[in-house]
Amino acid sequence: MYVTVAGTRKKVKEGLTLPELIELEKVETPEYVTVSINDEFIDADQRAETVLKDGDAVEFLYFMGGGC
Amino acid sequence: MKKVIIRKRDVEEMIRYAGEQLPNEACGLLAGSDQGGERIIEKIYYLTNTDASNEHFSMDPREQLQAVKDMRARGLRPVGNWHSHPESPSRPSKEDKRLAYDPKASYLILSLMEAKPVLRSFHIENGEAETENLEIRD
Repeated sequence: MYVTVAGTRKKVKEGLTLPELIELEKVETPEYVTVSINDEFIDADQRAETVLKDGDAVEFLYFMGGGC
Repeated sequence: MKKVIIRKRDVEEMIRYAGEQLPNEACGLLAGSDQGGERIIEKIYYLTNTDASNEHFSMDPREQLQAVKDMRARGLRPVGNWHSHPESPSRPSKEDKRLAYDPKASYLILSLMEAKPVLRSFHIENGEAETENLEIRD
């Protein structure tokens, strides 16, 4: 099946889980990354059980914040 | 030291926007391209500071997502982010360094503490900040 990651279409195995994709994509410090699939944000506690479907569009967004 | 180029009119717009957000910190994303040793900032994005604070900022993830998509549609890519320091100098705070997770990003900090705003750019990696050579072009 195919998924789109950060705008790039990629072939992946059927039933790929979100944690597997995070590993495949070598996402650094994933605990500070917000994930969206088809514009829906995935809660951190839902990641492990999230299975990707053909055609899904995934984005990884780093938390951006700071102080002064 | 990396050279980062930003347009004067974009800086003026950033200063105007950050002034409107006072007393709170303002924040946003930077889109552009890397060409050789130079990073060119082509577009500034203005995002909501969900902390609504003069000491902290967090960017709205939904706006972040929209901004990243807009960059892609324009053939640009994320090259960093910016935020204002309403009452402190243009340098990364401990919190700024602790929360800087992307070593490929340029971190621009706009200080509004003096009458004349000061904008500087930093590379932050492993909690260490290094000044980048920021050039403001007409």
